[in-house]
Parts: sequence; C-alpha cells; structure tokens
Amino acid sequence: MHRTKIRVAEDALDANQTIARANREDFDRAGVAVVNLMSAPGAGKTTLLERAIEGLDGLRVGVLEGDVQGSIDADRIARLHVPVTQLNTDPGFGGECHLDANMVRSALPEVPLGGIDLLAIENVGNLVCPAEFRVGEDARAMVCAVTEGEDKPLKYPLMFRACELIVVNKTDLLPHLEFDLDRLLANIETVNPAAAVLTTSARSGEGVDAWREWLAGVAGRRPAR
Amino acid sequence: MHELALSRAIVEAARRHAGGRRVTAVHVKLGALRQAVPGSLSFYFEVVAAESECAGARLELEQVAALLRCVECGREWDPEPAPLAEHEEALPPLPSFRCPACGGAGEELAGNELEVAWIEVEERAATGR
Repeated sequence: MHRTKIRVAEDALDANQTIARANREDFDRAGVAVVNLMSAPGAGKTTLLERAIEGLDGLRVGVLEGDVQGSIDADRIARLHVPVTQLNTDPGFGGECHLDANMVRSALPEVPLGGIDLLAIENVGNLVCPAEFRVGEDARAMVCAVTEGEDKPLKYPLMFRACELIVVNKTDLLPHLEFDLDRLLANIETVNPAAAVLTTSARSGEGVDAWREWLAGVAGRRPAR
Repeated sequence: MHELALSRAIVEAARRHAGGRRVTAVHVKLGALRQAVPGSLSFYFEVVAAESECAGARLELEQVAALLRCVECGREWDPEPAPLAEHEEALPPLPSFRCPACGGAGEELAGNELEVAWIEVEERAATGR
C-alpha cells in the first residue's frame, strides 16, 4: 500500500457555490430578486421586514424564514398576507446556525417564485456563519442594533464586509443608552468603506422609507420578465 | 464558531477528490480574514472526518496572512494585528481595514483563502485487496 498526493486546489465552499448558482438560475428564470438578510439574534430583522412589507406597494414580496426551530417569525410575516416559507435547520436537536445554498434549495419547491418579485431570505440570527455561505442572492444586507455596542464591526469584520447594506436599527433606544452612534458609523466605515448604511427604528418608523427604497432598488436590478 | 460548518466543507471537498480511497492527509490554506480558529477547525475536522473516508486523516493548516492594497495610494498592508501570546489576557488589538498611509479603502490581495490545496490518499494494492 502506498500513498499518493492529489492536487485539489479547490475552495472548500465550491460545492455550496455550485448550488448557490443553481438557485440563482431558478431566481433568474422566475425574474425574482433575492436579498439575504443577516444579523445577530434579536437585531430586528423580522420587524424591519414587517415594516417594509406593509408599505411596499406594487412589489410582490415573499419571505423565506430561516430559523433553527419553530415558526414564530414566519407566523408574524404570514399575518401580512404575503407568501412565507419556513425553513428550519434543526432536524432533531442542535440545528445549523446558518442557511447554506442547499438548505435554501431544499425549500425552493415551497416558495411561489412565480407570484413574487422580491424574495427576502431571513437568515438564522448569527454574526459569523451566515457570512460564509452564499445562497444565490442578489444582495446581502445586515441589521445591527444600537444595543449591540459600537465595536461589533471590528469584532465581526467577516460579516460586516460581506454585506453591501448595513441597517443600524433600534435608534429609538438611543436616548436610553450610553451608545456613540458616530463611533459605530466610523467603525463600519473602517471595516467596509463600500457599504451603504441606513439608520432605522422599526418601532418609530424612522428610516423605514429608505429601507423600503433600498429593497425596491434591489428588485429593480432584475430585468422584467 | 463557524469551524464546524467549514470542517464539513473541507471533508466534503476532500472526499470528492479521493474517489473512494482512504484519505490520510488534507492540506488546507486558511486565510486570516476567514476568522476561523485553527485549533477549533482541527477539533471539528477530526469529529466530522471520523464518519468518512477521511477518518484519522491529518489536517495540515497553512495559515495565510491577510494582505490589503489601498485603492487610493497602492500601499499594501496586513490588517491583522499581531496575535496575543497565550498567557496574555488583554483584549486583542483591532484589525485595520483602512490604509495606514492615506486612509483609503483596501482591496483584498490575500487572506480570504479556504482552499483544499491537496490531499494524500492510500492507493489500494494492485491485487485489489
């Protein structure tokens, strides 16, 4: 028995990328634009989606809800009468902490791509793993709540650099916090100078129009079918 | 914390190229910008590999330093601060993604690698046993 060295020279995530491209082709065929929305748990992804959907007239939105367990967020979105698909990463105990291209692919038969213009994929709340796995999206956006502290971009540069939009949410809480918004914005600038930044309060409605406009803009990147 | 997911991807890539042969070593180039902890990656690799042709394989991690180039002035720099020694307890210094010379944005030249460079497999004896 002897040993042979085999040259591989392959990105370990190539398999994920291949499936992401297949997803992308399906989205292209259906003329659906896709946003991959990420954040730490509790930053306000679902609430921001709810606020956006309420005012996105003329744009048919669907939501794919990624969670380790349960359908709490999907139930919230379903109340707005838009198509929502729950994707649980937990087959038993201890599910994946992120969505990957294959998980999204497995959920696609349930997503009515023919009846929507924009699919928002709400990833599992996590500031690390989701940044590694593309799922076939057009744009990646993240939410960072002011309650998380100013240093988050410096601690999680992988995620902050992976996104083209960073939504700084829960600004209604600023009067109650010892939080330096300018320092957070400067830290975002340091880590990802190319990112667009919005400040919002899903609760008060501040900045929600701009968030909606950004989503509509992503949908507009798709040529009409 | 994403080392488990990355380990799975590494084992899968190795298996695809092994063609059913037993894998004895996997060499991975790991860029600093991937924020993967080598010790944690090795730990999870062993666990994930145990259920495959990679069981018992040696994981060789070749760490690749990050290198950015300023889009404004062309200066190149490593955004990663020197790591703290094991016994040090202070918070690690922060990475710098802005050009130290002019403050410009940096494009990534190196540091994003998560590449299975090569694997070592056991060839079956000619008798097929």
